[in-house]
Amino acid sequence: MIEFKDVSFAYEKDKYVLRDMSFEIGSGESVGLIGANGAGKSTIMKLLLGLVQGEGSILVDGIEVKKETLGEIRSKLGFVLQNSDNQMFMPTVYEDMSFGPLNYGLGREETDRRVDEVLASLHLEDLKYRYNHKISGGEKRMAAIATVLAMQPDTILMDEPTSALDPYNRRIVINTIRELRQTKIITSHDLDMILETCGRVILISEGRIVADGPAEEILSDKELLEANRMELPLSKSSN
Amino acid sequence: MNKMQKALHELSEMDELASRRSPVHRLHPAAKLIATIAYILITLSFDKYDLNGLVPMVLWPVLLFQISGINVRTCFYKLRIVLPLVMAVGLFNPLFDRDIIVTVGNIGISGGVISMITLMLKGVFCLMASFLLMATTKIENLCAALRKMHFPQIIVTLLLLTYRYVGVMTEELAVMTDAYHLRAPGQKGIDISAWGSFLGQLLLRSMDRAQELYSSMLLRGYHDHFHFAENRPFNFKDAAYVAVCILFFLLLRYVSITQILGGAIVR
Repeated sequence: MIEFKDVSFAYEKDKYVLRDMSFEIGSGESVGLIGANGAGKSTIMKLLLGLVQGEGSILVDGIEVKKETLGEIRSKLGFVLQNSDNQMFMPTVYEDMSFGPLNYGLGREETDRRVDEVLASLHLEDLKYRYNHKISGGEKRMAAIATVLAMQPDTILMDEPTSALDPYNRRIVINTIRELRQTKIITSHDLDMILETCGRVILISEGRIVADGPAEEILSDKELLEANRMELPLSKSSN
Repeated sequence: MNKMQKALHELSEMDELASRRSPVHRLHPAAKLIATIAYILITLSFDKYDLNGLVPMVLWPVLLFQISGINVRTCFYKLRIVLPLVMAVGLFNPLFDRDIIVTVGNIGISGGVISMITLMLKGVFCLMASFLLMATTKIENLCAALRKMHFPQIIVTLLLLTYRYVGVMTEELAVMTDAYHLRAPGQKGIDISAWGSFLGQLLLRSMDRAQELYSSMLLRGYHDHFHFAENRPFNFKDAAYVAVCILFFLLLRYVSITQILGGAIVR
């Protein structure tokens, strides 16, 4: 369970990016955070991960996100960055995947078992010993997801998981996200992907929640989306 | 592929070399580190005119190149930018030290020439040894070894992150260079008028990316400990390797192999 209670945040004094934001995300939910550029989506992620600190309180499974609890909080959350190059900093996929589990105190054997399990579940066995700088963008995105899954987080946060992917790789990523059983929070401008992967959508504009409800409902509301500098998903606009 | 991308590719190749498997790769990083430091110190301790004594020091890196399966050409290719700088160190010695100290046939060789060659060789040998260490040891394992040897945490972390961030900075430089040349066709290099903004932007972009990369490490539990490095004990083989290497270096340092061999041949 993730709770935001009256959370506000400003990068510069008095220039608030988020204002009095409150919402809850239940265990197992898939939530899409949508909004125009600069709406505050990424800031929500950063606040949740404790990368920045704001006003109000944020709770993950009842534990408040603060300096003292960051280790515990981060072991529950897995974050897939928009730029996979920034996520994959070790030489090989295997080393990148084992980085997190080893840091959290798992032994080599258990870590290797997890790595193999995750790679098998994503059908990425061939990538295991490949060098990060020699794999394609699509493979790298999948490998980035694998690095997070190897940590077995309760919640997975994804920032633009389908950006810069060709249709084939985008489909692979979407199918993978759909199969994940964890709680998912996904920010994206790819509303078709959000529609396919999320049951609930939170629409943010200028640091406030404009709408929060079923994805099908919000993503069919042309007026609402256009009023917030967005468009209907392609699959909806063709109907 | 522009120059920066090539540089990035070469940097990544070091990781590939370090991931290979050979008896040298399998040694404990601390053993390799101690042997390399000992080699460098002993190499540097040779007198500036002791060219005879210094030359056999090449045996150790040559032997390691053979055992590790790394091509010597790869080493010189990767060091091609630093090598001329090292070679330039003693360039002016022949001008200042003109006393003839050796005569070969009818040709007198000045102390300056000898000391120049000695300095150059010292530099080249030390670079070869450092290259071998990096090409046979992953940076994470090396940093973990440094920590175990009680090197200050901040320095070790700085070393690790610098190594990783050099790649990030080079990537950004590659993108920016491409973007520049696409809008400045026919220009060689970056015009001096753009240097300020170019470097400023490079710094800002690299910092942003480095910050994100570091966040990614933190989010996966990184806290200045090297759990992800290979954690194998320093065993008898490693200790023996260090001992044999140091004995070998001392032998080369205090026994003039070239004179013995030369004497045997002349006799």
